[in-house]
Formats: sequence, structure tokens, C-alpha cells
Amino acid sequence: MTTGAEILIDALKKEGVDVVFGYPGGVVLPIFDVLFRTPEIRVVLTRHEQAAAHAADGYARATGKTGVCLVTSGPGATNTVTGLANAKLDSIPVVVLSGQVKTAVLGTDAFQEADMSGLTRPICKHSYLVQKVEDLPQVIKNSFYIAQSGRPGPVAVDIPADVAQAGLENYVYPDRPDIPTYQPAEKGNARQIRKLAAAIERARRPVILAGGGIVAAGAAEALVRFAEKTNIPVATTLMALGCIPDDHELFLGMPGMHGRVTANYALMECDLLIGLGTRFDDRVTGDLKTFAAKAVIAHVDIDPSEIGKILRTQIPIVGDVGSVLADLERAVAPRPAGEWNRVVREWRHVHPLSYVQEPEGEILPQYVIERVNSWAARDAIIATDVGQHQMWSALFVRHRGPRAFLSSGGMGTMGFGLPAAMGASLGFPGRPVVVITGDGSIQMNIQELPTCTLNRIPVKIVVLNNSCLGMVRQWQELFYAGHFSKTCLKERPECRKVCTGHREDCPHAFWPDFVRVAEANGMAGFRAEKASEVDDVLAKGFAVDGPALMEFRVKKIENVFPMVPGGKPINEMMLGAGR
Amino acid sequence: MSERHTLIITVANRIGVLARISGLLSSRGFNVENIIGCPTENPDIYRIQIVVEGTREQIEQLSKQIQKLIDTLKVVSFPHKKEDAIYEFVLAKVPTRGGRGEILDLVKVFGAEVVDISPAFMTIEVSGPSRKIDRFLELIKPFGLREYLRSGEITIG
Repeated sequence: MTTGAEILIDALKKEGVDVVFGYPGGVVLPIFDVLFRTPEIRVVLTRHEQAAAHAADGYARATGKTGVCLVTSGPGATNTVTGLANAKLDSIPVVVLSGQVKTAVLGTDAFQEADMSGLTRPICKHSYLVQKVEDLPQVIKNSFYIAQSGRPGPVAVDIPADVAQAGLENYVYPDRPDIPTYQPAEKGNARQIRKLAAAIERARRPVILAGGGIVAAGAAEALVRFAEKTNIPVATTLMALGCIPDDHELFLGMPGMHGRVTANYALMECDLLIGLGTRFDDRVTGDLKTFAAKAVIAHVDIDPSEIGKILRTQIPIVGDVGSVLADLERAVAPRPAGEWNRVVREWRHVHPLSYVQEPEGEILPQYVIERVNSWAARDAIIATDVGQHQMWSALFVRHRGPRAFLSSGGMGTMGFGLPAAMGASLGFPGRPVVVITGDGSIQMNIQELPTCTLNRIPVKIVVLNNSCLGMVRQWQELFYAGHFSKTCLKERPECRKVCTGHREDCPHAFWPDFVRVAEANGMAGFRAEKASEVDDVLAKGFAVDGPALMEFRVKKIENVFPMVPGGKPINEMMLGAGR
Repeated sequence: MSERHTLIITVANRIGVLARISGLLSSRGFNVENIIGCPTENPDIYRIQIVVEGTREQIEQLSKQIQKLIDTLKVVSFPHKKEDAIYEFVLAKVPTRGGRGEILDLVKVFGAEVVDISPAFMTIEVSGPSRKIDRFLELIKPFGLREYLRSGEITIG
């Protein structure tokens, strides 16, 4: 006789799960009880279930394996909702296991009851409510398969306490999923691939836009090989940074709202746009009417519903982008670099990314990020939070290959960075992990500092503190007549009468004191207030054997440029003063 | 051009599958005119028929989104055309205190059927195109139509 809880843990082992992020509670006690005697699975107790979900997500982004999270019913389950939505929008394989009240009282508003399968329906790839122990083995098998296969995504599995306690005779873990209604595409249609190959031969100004699908398919090398054979310039979205080396001569940078000028110009001017595992997010396309208006659109995606969702597509190819790229590479003839490559090189030369750091002046966030590049080892994983620092990181981090830059793209979830970095670090013990965050974002999951200290998760936390919600403040400055409504993190009740905006001479102190917060959580904390101190603080922080928090008091009013105002054509960029 | 479409969706017969599909429709801003679910000859398979209004592009995208659901086997969609056999069924409960004769005349004219009869009421079943149903309800109303249940449009692809 095997109980539901034992079946679940056995299933996790058979799925190769080595870390579970979780938080116990009443109805999941049977499952935690089994984990208590399962040394093969490391259970990391986060301080909030949202962080557990993000940590599972960060683990999955870094390793490519499915991240697992185990929480109790009611508030435990609902706290993972943001994490699930975040994983859904970026197509990350995560399985969230939640306890549920006993089936006999389901639907009676029992203590800590929330309809988890209902709540997660629109934000998960799939969700299950397991109603009897006989179903459990197949449900777990299916869940891992669904999370990982096709277009990856999160799966929520709700397990009532009595299902976890019930016994099953002759339990066998199934060796394959059983979902007759689900057959993810694999190979692309050969005729369409030939059509694209022919279009490439005809094209004078082709561009590749590579997205997160390249990472999910493990196709970064195939992408570079294909681009080199055809000399087609490559732009990568936020989700695909690192898939082609930053210094590759075919690399255009990230396009979009805060994209590189070169990438945006190339997308606007191209005559053939090849979207590879990307979904033409509004942050990438800007105004749709003008986006790639002169181009034939080819779109390769494993999810048929992505094709034609945003752009009218002349060459649709449904399939795994790795498989399609392999077929495509065979189908195309080598194509020499030409005039178009020269034009693109010229744009890159005329529009470099730049900033001017005064040696003794206020610290510029871009400068800190560039210095982090030097201090973080070649194999470091860099996670970010959400906001200005995220966009500067996308632009200025030296990307170290796929799965080495973890950022909340679609959902833009502040608070993602620290737990995601923890997940990545636990997935790759021994590899350095850095999280670049802001003073706003870090406070959204700052309760995880002791989790890092106690579990010896050696995450290096770089806080770019401008004492405000920088990205929102930037929008207020540019589009809301400088009405800085609730974006100052120093604001007090009396400020309203005297403050005319975010000012350098503000007399108020910033709270919390991040260095003391770090110290209070058993972690080394350092602070730099001048540019000349940046390297010193990074040296100290990176020298610590374990986690460390490094706070950089950066220039308060510094906007992210280039910037395309929402809904404008992406070649109408604001470049910032003097640029 | 926005027009009415019927979507015939074949899904695995699981708890929550109807909620999944109706949730998808509402989250994408579609107004469902009619939704019917019924079991099929195979007990593991359930069929859902939906009538929604939208452009062809919208309906194509909607169909792909529904197809993407793990429990969906197949989605077929088609716009409504005049020549299609688009039917509705209605059950109408009519008081008989004013005499049954005239009501039975209407039943005859409309090719309807009396499916239940009690001392005070008659329950009538009518089927046909929406126009016919509208007209029947209009004519039966003066008898003091007590309540009716209308299936909404259904068709077969």
C-alpha cells in the first residue's frame, strides 16, 4: 500500500526533481511528512510562497529542467498565482503542487479553501484538481510532460488532503503521459521551409528576430550557425539575450521600447523578417501598422496560436524552432554578406550605447552594471528585477550565453529577481549568481534574505538605489507632465507641500537602510555612494564566501534611453540629451 | 466584417473543461451568444457548440487558442450563411384556461408538438430557424405564455 503523498514524492524523484521550493501548512502535512524522510530531495523553505514560485521559475530558466514548488491550500496556493502568471507569459516549465481541503468538504468554504484549479485556469498551461488517489500517478506524469513539452509553461496540481492520505495498492509510476488530446508540433512543414529558404535567397534586407523559443528549444548554436551561413543580422528579444554573442558582427541587440537603435532600424527597414520562437510582444513592435511594414513576415513557432496573432504572416511554420532551423540550414545556400550588412554595421557605429561617468560624481547605474561584468565570472548567471535597472541590464550586461540572463519579460514582475537568483543558484551550485535589482523591486521579496543566509545560497545582490520607482518616474516625467505621483520612496506626508518632483536636495533619508537590513539577516552588506567606491564595494561583495548585498546609491534622475513611447513606431526613438 | 460563427469543439470529458473554454472566451473579450455542451457517442469525449460574433481573423485566432487547451481534441468553425440549416428548439409552457383549441391550431400550423399536458398548462416543443421561433413565441404570447426555454442556434458542420 502506497499513500498519495508517497506516490507524489516517488513521482518527483522519478521525474528527476532534486530541489523543491515550498512552504508547509495544514493540508500538505502528509506530503511534507514524506519529504522529511526523503534525503534525495532538497526542500528549500522560502519565507513567502510567491518567492517559492519565482525560485522554481528561476531554477527552470537557468537549468532548463522543470521547477517545482509545494505549498499549502488557500493563502499558500493564492500566493503562488503571480509566480504562475509570470512563468506562463515567459513560457517557463514550472509545476506548482498545492494542498487542498479534503474532497468531502470541497466547495463548502472550509478553512483555507480556495479554488486553485479555477484561479489558475487562465494563467497556467494546464491545471488539475486530483479527485482520487488512483488518478494521482498519471496526473503527475502528465503535468511534468505538459510543463516541459511543446511550448513550455506552468502547470498547477491541486491535491486534497484525503487524496494525499489515501492508499493505493500496486502503485506503478507510469512511464509515459496519457493525453490523447495533446500533441505538440515537432517538425516544420517541409514545403513551408523551402518557401522560407527561397524567400531568403530573394531577400535583400533580411533580419532574424529571435525570442525565448530559441532558449526553450536549446537552439542557440543552431541559430548562430544559420545566421552565419546566410549572413542575416540577428536581433534578440529580452528573453533570448545571450543566444548569440554580444560581440558577434551579426548581432543587432535587443529591439523595442528600450532597444538598440540598430535593432529597431533594422526591423523597420527589413524586407524579410524571420521571427524565430518569438511572439511579437507590444514592447518589441511598438506601433503595429508601421512595424516591419516593408517586410515579408516569416514566423516559426511551436505554438500555432502565436502565428498570425499579431502580424499577418506570409510564411507560417509551426514546429520546434531547433528542428526547423536544422532543416532550414540544409535548405538554404550560403549567402555572402552584402550591402545590407554594411548598412547595419554603419548604424551600429553611429549609434553606440553610451553614458559618461564622472570619476568622482554620482554613480550612474549603467556604470555599476558594466563593472559587474568584470567582477562576475565568465560562467555567472545574472538575474534582474523589473524597472529601469532591468533595461539597463539588458543593454549593458555582457551576456554569457543562453540561460544566463534571467528576467521577467512578459509579466514584468517586480520581486522576481532575488528568488529567481536563488533558484538558479540551487540549480547550479558552484556557479556564481548575481541579481541586479532596484530599491523598489528588492523590497517586494526582501523577506528571502534569511533564506539565502541560512541555506548558504551565495547570491550576490546588487541594489541600484535611486530612491524611487525609476521607470514609472520616467514615464511620469515624459508623459504625465512631471506629476510624480507615488513614485518617490522617500515620500512622507509633509512632502506634498514643498516637493516639486524628485530632487537632488531632498532632505529626507532613505529607508530601509539596505546594508543594515543585510546585516540583520546575517548577510554581508556594503554601500557605495560615489563612483570611485563602486569597484571597492564590488570587490568586497564578490570576495565574501556566501551571499552579499551591495547597495549603490545611484544618480536619482537618469532615464533609460533609447526609448520609444508606447504605441509609436520603433524607429521614432527618444535618445536622451546629447545623444 | 464581423459575423456570427459556430464553433464545434470536441474535448476530453473532464470536470472544468466547459469553464476553461468559457473563461477563454470572456478573457479575450468575446460575447458568447449561445453555448451548448453534450456528451457524444464516446463517453470520454464531450462536444461543445458555441455561437460567437467576430471577424474571420478573430475567429481563427479564437479557434487556435481553444485548440491549444490541453483538453481540446478538435475545433471546427464556420460563419453562418443563409442557406445553412441553423435551428433552434424551444419549450413553451402555456396556460390553457382560455381553452385549448386555438393553441392546438397554432401547434398544428407550426408543426410543433405538445410534449406535456396538465389541467392548467400545456408544454409545447417547436423547432426551426430563429425566425420561425420568434413568430411562434409572438403568436403564443397572448395566451399568457408562462415561461419558455430556448436552445439558441445550433447547427451541424
